[in-house]
Amino acid sequence: MATQIFQSIPSRPAPVQTGGLLGWLQANLFADFRTTLSTLLVGGVLLWYLPQFLNWALVSAYWQPNAEACRADGVGACWGVVAEKYRLIIFGRYPFEEQWRPLVATGALLALLVASCTRAFWRPWLALLWAAVLALFFWLMLGGGGLTPVETDRWGGLPLTLLLSTLSIAMAFPLALLVALGRRSNLPAIRTICTLYVELIRGVPLISVLFMASFMFPLFMPQGVKIDVLLRVLVGITLFAAAYMAEVIRGGLQAIPKGQVEAAASLGLSYWQTQRKIVLPQALAMVVPGIMNNFIAIFKDTSLVTIVSLYELTGSLGLALNSDADWRPYKIEGYLFIALIYFAFCFAMSRYSLWVERQVNQSKQR
Amino acid sequence: MTSPIISFDKVNKWYGNNFHVLRDIDLNVAKGERIVICGPSGSGKSTLIRCINRLEEHQQGRLTVDGVELSDDVKAIDAIRQQVGMVFQQFNLFPHLTVLENLTLSPMWVGKLPKKEAEEKAMHQLQRVRIAEQAQKYPLQLSGGQQQRVAIARALCLTPKIMLFDEPTSALDPEMIKEVLDVMVEMAEQGITMLCVTHEMGFAKAVADRVIFMDQGQIVEQNTPHEFFKNPRTDRAQDFLSKILGH
Repeated sequence: MATQIFQSIPSRPAPVQTGGLLGWLQANLFADFRTTLSTLLVGGVLLWYLPQFLNWALVSAYWQPNAEACRADGVGACWGVVAEKYRLIIFGRYPFEEQWRPLVATGALLALLVASCTRAFWRPWLALLWAAVLALFFWLMLGGGGLTPVETDRWGGLPLTLLLSTLSIAMAFPLALLVALGRRSNLPAIRTICTLYVELIRGVPLISVLFMASFMFPLFMPQGVKIDVLLRVLVGITLFAAAYMAEVIRGGLQAIPKGQVEAAASLGLSYWQTQRKIVLPQALAMVVPGIMNNFIAIFKDTSLVTIVSLYELTGSLGLALNSDADWRPYKIEGYLFIALIYFAFCFAMSRYSLWVERQVNQSKQR
Repeated sequence: MTSPIISFDKVNKWYGNNFHVLRDIDLNVAKGERIVICGPSGSGKSTLIRCINRLEEHQQGRLTVDGVELSDDVKAIDAIRQQVGMVFQQFNLFPHLTVLENLTLSPMWVGKLPKKEAEEKAMHQLQRVRIAEQAQKYPLQLSGGQQQRVAIARALCLTPKIMLFDEPTSALDPEMIKEVLDVMVEMAEQGITMLCVTHEMGFAKAVADRVIFMDQGQIVEQNTPHEFFKNPRTDRAQDFLSKILGH
C-alpha cells in the first residue's frame, strides 16, 4: 500500500460573536424565563426605592450648614452637617488651632503608603523612608521640639484610623508569616506555641482583646510603669489580626507541593532560604485575595477602639454630633460621609489587590 | 580498587512502624559508575536513591557518600547535597522563577557565586541540554521534555560528582522521552557517577555499567545489562522482565 501524504487543514477564524448592547442584554438579563423574571423583580425594587433615595439625598437635600433650615418640612438630607462638623469628624479632639499638624502628618503617611505600593519604590531604602515618615508623623502629632505637646488621648479621627491600621498591618504581616511557618515546624514546642496562640486569639472577640489591653493590662504592671494606651491598643489589634492572617497564609503554604521543598533541599538550600525563595513567594501569591481581606478587615476593625476611648474616625463622628443638640438628628448624613471615606480606602485596597494578583501570576500565563 | 564514592552497609529503613521499605541494603558504587535501578513499584528504588542526598533518612546501617557518613549532622548533609544533583519524576522546577533563575538560584545562594558568573554557568548548562533560547521563559511555558531538560541543567549547575535520576521520563509524553534520554546519554559519556531509577531498558543497555533489580526492599539481583537482560538469574527478575518487555 502506498504511503499517503498527510495534509493539515489550515486555520480558519472563529465564528463572529454577537455583540452590541442588545446582544449583551439578551445574554445577561433576558436569557430565559428565570433570568427575565429576576431582572424584572430586581429592576422593580430599584425603580421603587431609587427615586425616593435620590430625592432625599439630592433633590430635596439642604446643602448649607444651617440646622434651622434643615428642620423645615419637606427637606431631605441635611448635608450642612458635614460642612459644619468636618474638622471635628476628621481630626477628633485634636486641639483646633493645631490641626494643621495631623493634616500634614496624614498627608505624609498617605504618600508613604502610595509609594510603598509602587514598584519603583521597592528598594532597600524604602525601610528608611518608612522610619523617616513615621518619625515625622509622631513628631507632628505628639509635639515637642518647638511644637505644643499633645497627649495621645487627644488624637482622633482619620489620622488615628490610618495610623492604627497602617502600623497594625505592617506588624501583623511579618508576625503572621512566622506563626504560619511555626505551625508547620518540625519542632513540637514551636508548633504548640503557635497553635495555642492562634486558637486563643481566635477564641475571643476583638473587643475583649482591646478591653484587656486597655484596662486589665495596666493592673498587672508594676507601680509607676505606664505604657501608653495607644501603644497597648496597637499591640492588641496586631496580635488579633496576625492570628487570622497566619491561618490564611498557612492555607497557602499547604498548597505548595512537597516536591518544591525536596527540589530546594536537593539543591542545598537551607530551611530559611527555601522558605524565602521558594515556598513563601508561591504561597503568598496564592493567598493575595485572602490577605487583602484581612487588611481591609483590620482597617475597619480599628473603629472598635472607640470603646476604649480612642476616638478614631467613627468615634469622632459620635463625639462631633452627640455633643451638639442642633446637629444630633443628622447622624445619618454624618455616617454616610464617613462611609464614603471608608469606602474610598477599601475600594482602593481591593483594586490594588487585583493589580498585585496580576503581577504575581505572570509566571502562570502560558 | 579505589574506595567507592557511595557505600551502603546493611542499610534499613521503615515507613511508620510496619512498612520495612529498605532491607539490609549493601551496595558500593565506584566513582564514574553508571547504575540503572529497576523493579516493580513499591520495591524501594526511589527510597534507595533518595537516601543518598538525605531526602529520606535511613534508620539502621551506615551510608557513606563521598567520604562523609550521613547522620543528623546538618553541615554534613549540606556538604553532600552540593555534591549530589537530583532529577525528579515531576521535574519540580520552581514555577515562579524563570528558567535562568531556576538555574542560578543555588549557585548564587548556596555557592555564593556573583550573579554574572552564575548566569554564565547557567547558560553554559542550558546550551548543553540544547534549550538556551528558553532561558527567559517560565517553566510552565515549556513542554514536559523541555522542563525535564531544564531540571537536568539545574542539577548540573552545582557541578555535582553524583547525579541521581528518579524516574526522569515517567511523566513525559512518549514523543518527548527521547530528547531527555539523549541528554542523559551524553552526560553518561562524560564520566559523572549516575544512579538512575528507570524502566527505559534501552537506556540501561546503552549506558549502564550495572543493573540493579529490587523487589520488596531488597536488592534481588545485580549484573551487567547484557547478562541481566539475557540471563536473569532469579525467577522474580525473569517475571518482571517478561512483563515489561513482553509486548
